[in-house]
Amino acid sequence: MQMPVPNPQVLARKAAIVARLRAVLPSDGVIDDPTETRAYECDALSAYRCAPLAVVLPRTTAEVAAALRVCHQEGVPVVPRGAGTSLAGGSMPSEDAVVLGIARMNRVLEVDLANRFVRVEAGRTNLAVTGAVEGDGFFYAPDPSSQLACAIAGNIAMNSGGAHCLKYGVTTNNLLGVTLVTMAGEVIEIGGPFADAAGLDLLGVICGSEGQLGVVTEATLRILPRPEGARPVLIGFDANEVAGACVADIIRAGVLPVAIEFMDRPCIRATEAFAHAGYPDCEALLIVEVEGAEAEIAEQLGLIRQIAARHDPVEFREAQSEDEAKKIWLGRKSAFGAMGQINDYMCLDGTIPVSALPRVLRRIGELSAAAGLDVGNVFHAGDGNMHPLILYNANTPGDLERAERLGADILKLCVEVGGCLTGEHGVGIEKRDLMGVQFAPEDMEAQMRVKDVFDPRWLLNPAKVFPLAVSAGRRG
Amino acid sequence: MRPETEAQLAEAIRDAAGPIRVVGGDTRPVGRIAGVPALETGALRGVVLYEPAALTLVVRAGTTLAEVEAVLAAEGQRLPFEPMRWGSVLGTAGESTIGGVVAANVSGPRRVQAGACRDSLIGVRFVDGTGAVVKNGGRVMKNVTGYDLVKLMAGSWGTLGVLTELAFKVLPKAPAEVTLVLPDLGAGAAVAALSAALGSPYDVTGAGWMPGVGAVVRVEGLNDSVTYRAGKLAALLARFGEVREERAGSPALWQSLGEAAPLKSQTGDLWRFSLKPSEAPGVIARLAGPVVLDWGGGLIWAVVPEGCDARTLAAPFSGHATWMRGPGAGAFAPEAAPVVALSAGLRARFDPRGILNPGRMG
Repeated sequence: MQMPVPNPQVLARKAAIVARLRAVLPSDGVIDDPTETRAYECDALSAYRCAPLAVVLPRTTAEVAAALRVCHQEGVPVVPRGAGTSLAGGSMPSEDAVVLGIARMNRVLEVDLANRFVRVEAGRTNLAVTGAVEGDGFFYAPDPSSQLACAIAGNIAMNSGGAHCLKYGVTTNNLLGVTLVTMAGEVIEIGGPFADAAGLDLLGVICGSEGQLGVVTEATLRILPRPEGARPVLIGFDANEVAGACVADIIRAGVLPVAIEFMDRPCIRATEAFAHAGYPDCEALLIVEVEGAEAEIAEQLGLIRQIAARHDPVEFREAQSEDEAKKIWLGRKSAFGAMGQINDYMCLDGTIPVSALPRVLRRIGELSAAAGLDVGNVFHAGDGNMHPLILYNANTPGDLERAERLGADILKLCVEVGGCLTGEHGVGIEKRDLMGVQFAPEDMEAQMRVKDVFDPRWLLNPAKVFPLAVSAGRRG
Repeated sequence: MRPETEAQLAEAIRDAAGPIRVVGGDTRPVGRIAGVPALETGALRGVVLYEPAALTLVVRAGTTLAEVEAVLAAEGQRLPFEPMRWGSVLGTAGESTIGGVVAANVSGPRRVQAGACRDSLIGVRFVDGTGAVVKNGGRVMKNVTGYDLVKLMAGSWGTLGVLTELAFKVLPKAPAEVTLVLPDLGAGAAVAALSAALGSPYDVTGAGWMPGVGAVVRVEGLNDSVTYRAGKLAALLARFGEVREERAGSPALWQSLGEAAPLKSQTGDLWRFSLKPSEAPGVIARLAGPVVLDWGGGLIWAVVPEGCDARTLAAPFSGHATWMRGPGAGAFAPEAAPVVALSAGLRARFDPRGILNPGRMG
């Protein structure tokens, strides 16, 4: 992975920069000892690492602003970091960068049930947001699979999704406001516990900007009343096309399940061997979850059963108890772990129009065979968000590169059929150089203008999102 | 100017010698600017792509809202955010276009459950102030590739670019709906009842108040489910007074509420407040004039005496107010200096000559 040449002036001034940061932060808030900064040299895209210049761990918005002012004055790039769970390298540092970790800012600032929002510090984990309100019967809807560990700050940076977004949307649809600190150290309130922006929807473009526009220190999040109940069904098919047609029919029928998950045979076999969830040995499997009270669940499942029957499923299994429901989800939730037992894997998340599913799966099969690497598919079928898992062996020279080439081919295929490179993980460094596949130069130019306004010197997370050659003139 | 293709529109903008007023159906003249030639988008019309099974519609910006609704209704689907026409309450005669709906980020009562217009919008094409054609987002509902200019364009009132094509996530039309009416409640007292309904697990898709009707709460979905939830809600809301059930009249009732129809014959200036719902009773009391509430009290349509500064009258509250029917200048709420600077910076980059609806948003 190509990264810009570190700024030699910054490297030469390391001691002075660290001293200035120490002057504005508490003593335990600045780390520059190389043995201690190791923990920050990569995120969940662990194939790529780089030791940063230093790490700062502020506890307040004022400390974040103070640290950013120092870095701005010194011309030091800053890489914001939530919990470091990015699969796209969103928080991977460069040698001349200060990592600004927000994890110590994790307090709940306000819970307002009457107006259905919470305000939290952005280092709080996704699941802990729900934890603050679940006793009152509420929850925070976006549920990325890393929700136990990932921070709200990172969710906002990547506009994270989850399995239930068919009904509840992704982060941007559940975010009401932020406290944003700009690279120059200015603290700005955007949005709040009310609907719609007063002027331009800056919140809409901040969400998903991969930490390139500012550092979010606080967030106002919409919370929802927990539904009375939920139940999954498992439906097995003997062909991917049939499973795809069944998904289309369910959606057309006016049932809106909260989740429709899809697994193909390689994935079913791997998870079954690993998690023993009792999945049928079939070509394709759907997990469809509906919500509501008992009678409402019965009404929706009745319709789904009728629709599925028209497609001759090899299995239709309705959870009869909490335990059975858990078992149906067990395999899906263990899918990544199961694939990891077989080999190292690379997880992509391109999105495709649901109608292109059979064609895309067929083509992935061909590409996989040609590359000599196995691919398993887990897929949020309701919204077209694919998760092809490419298996490779990190210890075999050249295997990672082969996997990356296959990954790039699969993502190009997603764009070609009308989809996109990434549905929920973000671009980061991983898909940066593929942006030109999806966007014309004018499209990227329009996006980069937004960064020009928020961060004119391009110091915040500068080597991400845009191909290096495209952003070169701006990065200085 | 009334270009028939995106390329012609781009050329018209490149060749523009001075400011232009971007016009869809000209039904929402909020912050209207005068004495500037119009650029009409009405000839850029038609469906580009509609895949009912993928819940996806791509349409040209000048297509009328009526046509979009008809195309979707033919497949039993609809725009989730329930866009409303403001022509009646604003006293305009044109046909609302889908581009205008997006430019004003118009969302109706279902916003409380399905999100705003910007939340259903998944892709845009637009021409910026230099005449460059830009696309962002796409036709899939989960997409985090690059910055989200889709949201930025929604509600930008034609000040960053002229929309040419829009992609939406659509949803199936619910087979059944029921509205509960609480006729005893005044506007201020209604807010607590609406909040209780929205805080319940019964998936409320509308919560408002209208003069002459009272507080109204809607549920939609499959038949048995709607009956079940309406029953549960009626029991929950019984402590606020009499609860009546309305089925046949439900759609008309929500159209009237969403269009703020009861205020159309009231003389005075019309304002639209977006605020924290629990602050609505205080604001309503201070405004002391006719109102319609939507979004559980988070949206107040209010009529105040002509020329009266409703923002000052209503203060304090968390949120903002737009002057909907009155003179053009000052329609949009003043924002904090750093936000103004960022917004001005964006306009200067997207429209360096300052020719697109200049001054419309203040």
